Amino acid sequence: MTYFIVQSLNGLFSAALLFLIASGLTLAFGVMRIVNIAHGSFYMLGVYVAYTVAARTSSLLAGTLLAVLVVAAIGFLMQRLFLRRFAAQPLAQMMMTMGFALFFRDAALMIWGGDPFTLATPRWLAGSLEAGAVVFPWYRLFVIVVAALVGAGLWIINDRTLIGARVRATVDDPEIAAAMGINVARLSGSVFAVGAALAAFGGVMGGPILGGYAGMDFDLLPLAFVVVIIGGMGSLKGALIGAVVVGMIDNFGKALVPELSYFTLFAPMVLMLALRPTGLYGRA
Amino acid sequence: MAARSAERPWRTPVVVLLAAFLLLSPPLLSAYWVGLLTQAVILGILAMSLDLLIGYTGLPSLGHAGFFGVAAYGVGVLSTTYHAGVWTSIAGGFLVGTLLAALFGLIVSHVRDVYFLMITMALGMVLWGLSFRWIPVTGGDNGISGIPRLEGLIGLPATGPVPFYYVALLVFAVSALLMMLLVRSPFGLTLQGIREHEPRMRSLGFNTWLHGYLSYVCAGAFASIAGIMWAYYNGFVSPTYLDLTASSELFLMVTLGGPATLVGPVIGAGAIVILKNVMSAYTARWLLILGIVYIVTILWAPQGLWNLGKRRSG
Amino acid sequence: MESRKATVRLKPDTTYDRPADAVSAFRRTSVVVAIVALITAATLIAAQTGTPQTPIKIGFMVPLSGGNAQNGRDILNGFLMYLDEIGYRAGGRKIELIVEDDEAIPAVGLTKARKLIERDEVHVMAGALLSSTGYALAPYITSMKIPMVYPVVSADDLTQRRRSEWIVRTGWSGSQPNHAFGEYAYRTLGIRSVVTIALDYAFGWESVGGFERTFQAQGGHILKRIWVPISVHDFAPYLAQIPRDADAVYALLLGRSALQFMRQYQEFGLKGRVQLIGGGTTTDEHVLPFMGDEALGTVTALHYSAALDTPANKTFAESYRTRYKKIPSYYSESMYTGGKWLIAAINAIDGRVEDRQALVDALRRVKPEGLPRGPVELDQYGNPIENVYIRRVERVNGQLQNTVIDTFPGVSQFWTFDPARYLSEPLYAR
Repeated sequence: MTYFIVQSLNGLFSAALLFLIASGLTLAFGVMRIVNIAHGSFYMLGVYVAYTVAARTSSLLAGTLLAVLVVAAIGFLMQRLFLRRFAAQPLAQMMMTMGFALFFRDAALMIWGGDPFTLATPRWLAGSLEAGAVVFPWYRLFVIVVAALVGAGLWIINDRTLIGARVRATVDDPEIAAAMGINVARLSGSVFAVGAALAAFGGVMGGPILGGYAGMDFDLLPLAFVVVIIGGMGSLKGALIGAVVVGMIDNFGKALVPELSYFTLFAPMVLMLALRPTGLYGRA
Repeated sequence: MAARSAERPWRTPVVVLLAAFLLLSPPLLSAYWVGLLTQAVILGILAMSLDLLIGYTGLPSLGHAGFFGVAAYGVGVLSTTYHAGVWTSIAGGFLVGTLLAALFGLIVSHVRDVYFLMITMALGMVLWGLSFRWIPVTGGDNGISGIPRLEGLIGLPATGPVPFYYVALLVFAVSALLMMLLVRSPFGLTLQGIREHEPRMRSLGFNTWLHGYLSYVCAGAFASIAGIMWAYYNGFVSPTYLDLTASSELFLMVTLGGPATLVGPVIGAGAIVILKNVMSAYTARWLLILGIVYIVTILWAPQGLWNLGKRRSG
Repeated sequence: MESRKATVRLKPDTTYDRPADAVSAFRRTSVVVAIVALITAATLIAAQTGTPQTPIKIGFMVPLSGGNAQNGRDILNGFLMYLDEIGYRAGGRKIELIVEDDEAIPAVGLTKARKLIERDEVHVMAGALLSSTGYALAPYITSMKIPMVYPVVSADDLTQRRRSEWIVRTGWSGSQPNHAFGEYAYRTLGIRSVVTIALDYAFGWESVGGFERTFQAQGGHILKRIWVPISVHDFAPYLAQIPRDADAVYALLLGRSALQFMRQYQEFGLKGRVQLIGGGTTTDEHVLPFMGDEALGTVTALHYSAALDTPANKTFAESYRTRYKKIPSYYSESMYTGGKWLIAAINAIDGRVEDRQALVDALRRVKPEGLPRGPVELDQYGNPIENVYIRRVERVNGQLQNTVIDTFPGVSQFWTFDPARYLSEPLYAR
């Protein structure tokens, strides 16, 4: 029973991080049909920038803020200056993101070196909840709550605001959206930037537990893709549900069938693509 | 044919020069350069096989290195664990790679575009996971080493980089010829029709699923041939033959070289092999530069280098 | 089509009316050819014997990009520091170091090895980080009959059943320190039951295998073996499987996974409740400075510690810290010692590195002194017999260090077992 509770909670924690990363990825695809191979790089840059800023200012909050802003700026520029030119050629866009991924990876190595690190856990969140035999870190619970709030915020924006309506319109049909007066170019750049910011935020949130290390960009990327495929590309709700599904399967899979830990992740993805390629909530 | 040459007259002389270079230069080059050319030629076969999918059928596969690796493992396991003869090992490697493509093809052939990309990526990762975890067979992370040298086994009087290179070149030439015949055949033309406008092809009565499936299997078969040669070239097999990095690099070779040309991907393969090796001798930042090279090439030649000058239709 | 008469000319646009001109032209040509031939021959002969003017070329290969770049860099830095100390000279000749990046991919390693050996024509090779690269290179190195020093590659079998006469290890084998540690855990630490958690590849299997063998021989009990895939960064599913009544957890991790594990071990309330012991890389200095108090008290075993209190090591650690602004890890020490070893061998044969057989024999023979890790000599299989240090993580002067609390002198890769019997048994596996 203890085991089950701890694993479920951790499944939610994994889901929280996965949601933060995958939401940006799914938005980029939904709005711009971009398969962003550099998305893991945004996650990585987020935690690296936060580390440097926190080290200088001793403030995790400043680190988080600056990480999100810097990576958002990078994402915005990347989209507007480079990706935008190939708006009609998804393959060329994807390849360009591949080039960027390599560039970011080596640039990070050059700037920060290859040593691994973790962010300091905020003091007020240190320690663990101990209820009977169940021990679960406070910080992980915090991440679950924060991700839920972010998810709620995104949903409100998406569903209840004009901006959200515009984004949904563009996802549905970019041509008609443009015809209706929506500045698709600026919207795309902003959406891409927000996606990058979310990934960076995810990196920072994971920082105290998972830290930052050389090669983390490519480690996270396949997981993010699994979430987006299962949830459905372009759907935020799908990213949330997909994240929970993947988080749970991953945690329980590792615990129950450690031999097949790799397949427990990718088998659902293959199944989904084989049976219902658009995922749970995606649209063709 | 004449019209194409008129459009880009530089193509024919370049091909002729390259062919002459590949055929005649090795006895004059150092063993190291012969080695690099061998790599370019073997990876050229692999790149052409992926071109069948990406360029001619319009199916972007991000897991194609999987068949390459599986065939290499076939050779590795048969020739070391089972001490099989060279022709058995080659046949075994080819069979296991092609049969796997036949199996996976059943799962992937109904999706297109980004979903095809994702499912092939996932299958590639599954294969990688398998090569890592099925330790009794694959040796896991350490891989399988001790694959015997090919030249002596197939009856050549001489061994060494140059004889091996010519074997590889022969395999390359035969594969290239077969693939060229394939893409110019009615089957190949149908594939290109599917790439251009699948619904129309279907309305004309073509079984587009079957065509996609067969294209996938053929691509897997040729990738297996490349994998067999790669196993003998290195003398070992490792999970790095089929991981995501390998599939991504392969993808870039095809798309930078110029999809739907067969020649383009070969040039892409050669360029990347040489670029990586030459650059890393001078700078530790070669990965950074490679990323920049990719970005710049896509900006200036989004259709690939070999397709430069081609006017986009439609 | 008119036929053209082929005219043989010795020089363009010159006709030979008189035979005497042709003969003198012939003589001129033959003199030139003779001179060129003589110069070529002289150069070739000089290259063979290696006059003091031609440098000794060392080919060096480690990952310098990707996830293992920092460890590769550490290995290189140790070597560079030593070469600097000796002024890049040995055996009366200058040393030229050629460095290549093997990207931690075996096929790339092989390509770079070919470049170094066949194109750059190095006299001796050194390096490699991953065992997979070590295994992949071995047949090639052997076939090229060139000596190679492996400072870090720890795959047991490379100096056991799959040893090569051309490859010498100056580092360690994965199970080596763990044999000693298994006994220590039982006898000195009083541990009776252990849960092992290790990275799921050969390095993990061999480390745990070595520990288990001696621990169980003493009477200890392995409650559970947990294997973690290398790509994992969240250990929660695995930590939750650890029974709280175990005496200790033996953890074998390295790099960022060691860092993450330490943090999470504390998060899930295991720190302070179940003693943490492990393989040396789990607390090695390449990650220790980035850990916090959660690492305190961890006991591990390795053939080195940056906190080793000997004059040789203090000097080494100080120089390294001054030069590279960080404390040396075992990776850094590996090629410092490896470098000393290589140079000692070169000196032993008076710099005649062209005689590869003599060089590899010297590598197996020499016993350099003043190594940071203590006394080392090679066994007849090409693996070091060296001290194994039991270390405990402590905070000294505000910094975490691996304080040496015990030493097992002269540990070989076979522990106390008879080599022939040891080799007849299978390799440690999962």
